[in-house]
Order: sequence, then C-alpha cells, then structure tokens
Amino acid sequence: MNYSIIVYIIGWILNIEAVLLLLPCIVAVIYREPSGVSLAVTAAACLVLGVLLVLRKPKRQIFYAAEGFVTVSLSWVVLSVMGALPFFLSGYIPNPVDALFETVSGFTTTGASILTSVEALPNCLLFWRSFTHWIGGMGVLVFLLCLLPMAGGSRMNLMKAESPGPSVSRLVPKVQTTAKILYEIYIVMTIIEIVLLLLGGMPLFDALTSAFGTAGTGGFGIKNDSFASYSPYLQNVVTVFMILFGINFNAYFFIIMGKAKQAFQMEEVRAYLLVIGASIVAITWNTLEIFQSVGLAFQQAAFQVGSIVTTTGFATTDFDKWPQASRTILVMLMFMGACAGSTGGGMKVSRFLILIKTVKKELVQLVHPNAVKKIKMDGKIVEHEVVRATNVYCVAYVLIFAASMLLIAVDEQTLVTNFTAVAATFNNIGPGLDVVGPSGNFSIFSNFSKGILIFDMLAGRLEIFPILVLFSRETWRKF
Amino acid sequence: MKIIIIGCGKVGVALAGQLTQEEHDVVLIDVSAARIQSIAEEIDAIKLVGNGASIAIQTEAGVEKADIMIAVTGSDELNLLCCVIAKKAGDCHTIARVRNPIYYEEIEFIREKLGISMILNPEYAAANEISRILRFPSAIKIDPFAKGRAELVKFKVLPEFKLDGLSVMDIDSKYHCDVLISGVEREDEVVIPDGKYIIRNGDIVSIMAAPRNSMEFFKKIGVQTNPVTSTMIIGGSKIAVYLARQLSSMHIRVKIIERDKKRCDELSELLPETLIINGDGSNRDLLREEGLDQAEAFVTLTSMDEENVFLALFAKEISKAKLVTKINRIAFDEIVNRMDLGSLIHPKFITADSILQHVRAMQNTIGSNVETLYHILDGKAEALEFLIREDSEVTNIPLMKIRLKDNLLIGCINRGGVIRIPRGQDHIQKGDTVIVVTSHKGLSDIRDILKK
Repeated sequence: MNYSIIVYIIGWILNIEAVLLLLPCIVAVIYREPSGVSLAVTAAACLVLGVLLVLRKPKRQIFYAAEGFVTVSLSWVVLSVMGALPFFLSGYIPNPVDALFETVSGFTTTGASILTSVEALPNCLLFWRSFTHWIGGMGVLVFLLCLLPMAGGSRMNLMKAESPGPSVSRLVPKVQTTAKILYEIYIVMTIIEIVLLLLGGMPLFDALTSAFGTAGTGGFGIKNDSFASYSPYLQNVVTVFMILFGINFNAYFFIIMGKAKQAFQMEEVRAYLLVIGASIVAITWNTLEIFQSVGLAFQQAAFQVGSIVTTTGFATTDFDKWPQASRTILVMLMFMGACAGSTGGGMKVSRFLILIKTVKKELVQLVHPNAVKKIKMDGKIVEHEVVRATNVYCVAYVLIFAASMLLIAVDEQTLVTNFTAVAATFNNIGPGLDVVGPSGNFSIFSNFSKGILIFDMLAGRLEIFPILVLFSRETWRKF
Repeated sequence: MKIIIIGCGKVGVALAGQLTQEEHDVVLIDVSAARIQSIAEEIDAIKLVGNGASIAIQTEAGVEKADIMIAVTGSDELNLLCCVIAKKAGDCHTIARVRNPIYYEEIEFIREKLGISMILNPEYAAANEISRILRFPSAIKIDPFAKGRAELVKFKVLPEFKLDGLSVMDIDSKYHCDVLISGVEREDEVVIPDGKYIIRNGDIVSIMAAPRNSMEFFKKIGVQTNPVTSTMIIGGSKIAVYLARQLSSMHIRVKIIERDKKRCDELSELLPETLIINGDGSNRDLLREEGLDQAEAFVTLTSMDEENVFLALFAKEISKAKLVTKINRIAFDEIVNRMDLGSLIHPKFITADSILQHVRAMQNTIGSNVETLYHILDGKAEALEFLIREDSEVTNIPLMKIRLKDNLLIGCINRGGVIRIPRGQDHIQKGDTVIVVTSHKGLSDIRDILKK
C-alpha cells in the first residue's frame, strides 16, 4: 500500500474543499450573517491541513486498485467530517453526529435531514448544505482527476472506485479528458436549469440551491415544505431536470458528438424512461381521487416519480398520505434508482437490466442444459466479470440492507419507518415513508442508528465495495 | 554396473553423463530418433531408438543382465510401465520418475505393489529444497544429512559478519561453535579448506553442523536467522504447488502469479490458502501492485531460464526479498553465478543426485554404503554420507593418524543420533554414519578416503 500517495490525494481533496467553502463565505458576506465565520474557519483549517499534506510529493505517483479504493473512501470520510464543521461550529446543529449526518447526507446526494425546521438556518449554511449535493453529485475525485497530473492507469483506478454503475466506460481515450467532459456537461446543465428557474421568477438564491439539489440529485430544500410552495412552472422545470440528471451522461456525450440516435438507443435510457412513464401513469390514475383533476394528478405524480427514481428526494406533496399502490410504486422506484453514469443513486437501471437478462438466460439454460448464451447490452456482450460483479453487488446490497434494518430496529420505530429509512439513505434518496416521510425527518433516531445510516449513505454513494474494502484485512496487509 | 536409462530429456542426459563418468555401462533409450542423435558424443553409451516399455527394445538393451533400469520419460504412466516390465523381464532394480501429485500421494502403495526400488518426484524434491532455504533465508543452500540431524549450510560472507582475514582455526577459537567450515568458493575456485585457510569477504562458505549449532553460529556472527513471512512465486508449476503447500503449513503468506487463466483455476482449487494472481509475471506494474517491494522472498519458477533470471534481477533492484531462481538448463552457469541471484535451484541436478546416490548405494556390496550424496560447491565437490557396516582400515583409529586424500574432509560423525564435528583424536567406529566432503568424484566406499 502506497500510503504517501493516499495522504497526498487527501491533501488535495482538503484544498479543494477549502476553495469550495469560499462560495458560502461569499453568501455570508452578502447577507451579512455572523455564522459565515464558522465557514471561514473551516475553510482555513482545510487549507492548512491540505497544504501540510501536499507539501511532500510522494516519490512514486502510481497507485493501484487497492490504493484507488482506499483513497476514494477515505476522501469521502475526510470531506464529510470537515464539511460538518460549519454546522457544528456555528451552533445550529449542536450534536456532532447530527452535523455529520447532515453533511454526509449532502455529499452523498441523499437529502435526508435531521433538521426539524430548515428555514431556521442562515442562508450561508443553507447554501453550503445544497452545494454539498452539487459537489458530491459528480464526485470530488472525478473533479480532482481533471486537475491533477497523474498516470493514466492510476486515474482509472480512482474513477472506477467513485463512479456509479456496474462498469465505467471512457468517453474518450484519456481518463482526464473524460472527467473534464463529464464536468462540463454537469456545469452546463446546471446553468441552464438556473436560468430556466430564474425565468420562472424564482429568487437567485432559491434558484441556485434548487439547481444544486437537482443536479446532484440530492434533495435538500431550503423551505420546510420542500418544493410545495413554488409555482407549477418551477416544479415542472425541476421535474424535467431531475429526470435529465438521472440519465447516463454518456447519452449527453453522444448528443454532443452529433449521435443523438445512438443516445436514444441506449437500452438503459429507454428502460429508465419507460419505467418513469409507466409509474407516472399508474400513480396519476391511482391518485385521481386526491387531486380531483387529471392535470394536477399527472403533474404531482411526475414530480414525485422523478424525485424518487432519480433518488433526489424533493417533494411537492406528502406522498406518505397517498394510496397504498402509489406508495408501493414509489418504494420500488427507490430501489431501482437512476441510470449508471448519472448523478443518481440506487441500484441503477443497468444492474436491473443485467439481472433480468441473467434470469432469462438461466431459464433458457434450464430448458437447454447445454446451451451457450451470452448476455448483451446495447448490442455488446456483457462480460462474465460484469455479470458476476452485478450479482455479488446485489448480494452485498441485500446483506447490508438487512443488517442495517436489524441494527436500527433497536430504536423501536415502526417497520415501515425502518425499512424506508434504510432504503432512503442506502439509495441516497432522502425522504422515506411514515415518520421519515416527506413531512418528517431523521431526528427521531438515536446517535447509534444515525451512525448506521451515515454508513449506509456512504456505502450507497460509493456502491458498497470501496467502503467495504476499508474494513477488509486483505487491504491492510503489507504483502 | 549395467544401467538402462529410458527417456533422454534433461534429467536422462545429465544422469547418463554422470554415470558414464563413473565407468558404468549405460544404454540410453528414447522414442525420438532426433533426440537420440542430438545427444553429444561425449556420452559414451549405447543409444537405442524405440519405446522403452516394449519388451523387444528392453531385451535389445540387455535387460536380463542389467542391474538398474531408470525410467525418466515425460510420462508417469510410461515410466511405471517400463519399471514393471523391466522387473518381470530382467529382475533388476528399477527407478521411476513420477510427477503427477495424485499418484505421488499414493506413492508408497505403488512402489511396494509394483516392486519398484525407488520413485522420484523432482518437483517435490525441488520444493523441499526451496522451503528449506526460505526457513533460513540467509543461506544460499541447505543440504540435510543423517535424516536432518546434520546440515550443510552455504552462505555468503558479508563485511558485517567481521570474518574477513580470519583463518578457519581463528573462527573456531573465536566463536566456539560446533561447526565445521567444509568448503569455500572464491570466484571460480573451490577449496576444501584446512585450518590455516583465510576467509575473505565475498567468499561463499559452506558449514557442516547440527541445525541447532549452525543457528547458534549464525546468531553469533550476526546473520538474520528468522524464516521469511511472505513469499511471491512467479509461475504456477508443480514445484509452486508443493512449495505453496509447505509454506502455507508454516504460516508463510504465499502469492502465486501465473499467466495462464486455466492453470490459475486449477491452482486455486489445489491451494485454497494461497492467493493466485492471473497475470504476466514479467509485468512490472503487476509485480509492484502485488507488493513485490514488501515481499520477503521472491521465487521464480517459470519454464524460461531467461525470464527467471531477469525477474530475479528486477526483484533485486526494487526489494530486499530473498531470491530463489530456478535454472533448468545451465549453459552459462558461471555468468549466472556471478549475477548474485540468491539461491539457484537446478531441478535436474536434484533428480540426478538422488538417482546417483541410489546407484552408488546399490553398487556397494562390501561393508559400507553411501546413504546420501549431494553435489555441493556448484557441482565441483560432493558430500557423501557413509554408513559404516563393518570394521576396516579406517575404523577405530584416531583421525589424525589416518592419511586422508587432499581436498577431503570428514565433516561429521553421527553416532547413535548424536552429531559430532570430529577433532583429531576422534575415531570412526562400526554403526556410525560419516559425512565426507571432497572434490574427488566417484567415492563409493569409506576406504576411498585414504590416500593411495
């Protein structure tokens, strides 16, 4: 294990965090808020630590799979711990576990909150809270990859560990250029959304934070009722952008390259849009009684479906009060999640596609025991390794899910609460049902359970294995 | 003696070379005419082309009058069949090479029921030798005698041992350890030293002692005596399998890097405790990723000598690992020796040595017997273990009164399990086993140690 390179990268992560913290500091200056001091202090602390860590450039710049996983996981832990300081120092979230929960929820683009009243926070902290979504959405290490000179193989090891989805593809031959293109698409789409929100009459501050929350598919709102009080136009803009950010970014790259046809031929994107369409129709029909008009029901269903399937977690209505069929559909969508290679969480559409195809293949093979059949996706063969990794991912997913539910059960909440709390954090959604529904929050849990949920959020965002690698003896062996 | 060798691979030819040098009548048999022709003319033997398991060919080779039949073809089954047929046709001693691990697990049964005198597994023997070295990585080579009660340990004299300029007698009186310096290699020269011989830095010294005493000696001069805790093996050959098993049972962590995916699957089945890495051992990044710089031992066992040598050189650059390098063919042995590649393993020597030892033991009908034989000091000298069955000119007289050949040492005497390093007043008696180190080849009787 090349410890010096891990320390070095974490140093750079801290430096980047220091720079990113300057934005909420500016907000504090504009609104003349005293809690801006806590942000400035944190930024300074990050900078000092970061500079100290990058002072000594490691002799060997190369790092391998093991270092890649460890670096990414540790970076996220360090990022979250430092990011939690402003909430804690300013006194708005006095419990350090709560502050960490809120920050991890931000960086992992979960959007689960322990705050009973969001509006009580000053604007600078609200800004930082939403901004963490934007940083975590595309991944801070992917951002670092754009900046730091590094050997190609080393970059791929980092990218693999941070990017969501069963397999990471390069858009262009160079990993660094791939990372840059991803960030460019991300930034441009965020700006378009901000402009559209401003055109709808939303104040600049609200537009920025909402766009951050949408782009990262996070879900922190700045209002207690999340998105309910905004105009239908604004809600619709957010609906569309949530769904757009949940699409595999490769599709946008195809569109930029003038291969729009190829983008719409991606099986994953088609399946994703199909599921969204079907869910919206089903929920519209199911909730007609509540909303009384097809148009309103459709608009509300679309927002909620988009919010849940992309694992964003905004809400315009308390869907916990919806009929059982609609609630069930939403919970199902929580597990599916968005496309691989997007900013969304969950198990990813492509994994489900692979699993379904595996089941189909198995059925063929049961009938024709000697059949040789390959699984294909987008016309290409899915390597056995990817299929295997997907299966193992599912097993690990179920095990962690079950273990988390068992552990937080000690808090004696209802089964629906526990189940959806784990689902909402593990899939990086935010609100669940019952006590943790859109109108509730996670403050009812004990510190221990919050710790478990923090782990779930990180594991969910990094897709389980990078985090588990930290706990494996094999990782830390000298030989 | 009349000896038939079936199979003219590396081992067969090496063996034929040795046996003809020792004045035995050798008949070589191989199915391949080309291979028979390619055997150099220096090997003074009859060469026959044909299937060694055919009675006609064996008869032509004179199996009825042969003393020993050695089957070392590439196929285990063929070797065993050759032995069975030779046994029935000629009632001679038979030696077979059997390498398949599955047969080797049942080897005692096969040997007994088929009436074979000796069954050899060169890979297993090589693995044994390597694991001995890894248990004491400061040694270049360790050869056990008297069922492990005594050993010949070869090591390189480094400046930090402070032995430079001391004579063999000085070392003896300075450290008071019951060890005997029984051979010194300096550049291309090999010496069996007497008391006045001066040791220099860079010399490769072999000492004879009981294991406990040699450890004590090494501790006193400041040599690291701990076994390695981790080993990287390149090439998943049969040797690697045996070696990994032995090392795992000693709680040494083993990683095997093997290029062939299918072989990796087999290895993983055979060696559940070992980490099998599928990859090219000559890929520098892979070696680094798998922690070569942290490995305590690096064993190269690929079938390519060149690759083994290069990998060992690379490992020497980037790590402090104990190097063990397998050499199959030795066309350039002085050059390889000069490269300082740690311990060199020659599987074909290991096989040939054990067979020779057996041949010599059988050759002896008079009183004493060669129990063990090793080629030491790069094959330039031999260490032989004699069992003294009856009294002769050399027994019951103090050693200082015996006129020994030049370049010959009595290394140690094993009397009822107690190993003693002989001094001038000690004597040999009936029932002892005596280990003799000498650069004279072909000793077959204890009386051969006398100057004629």
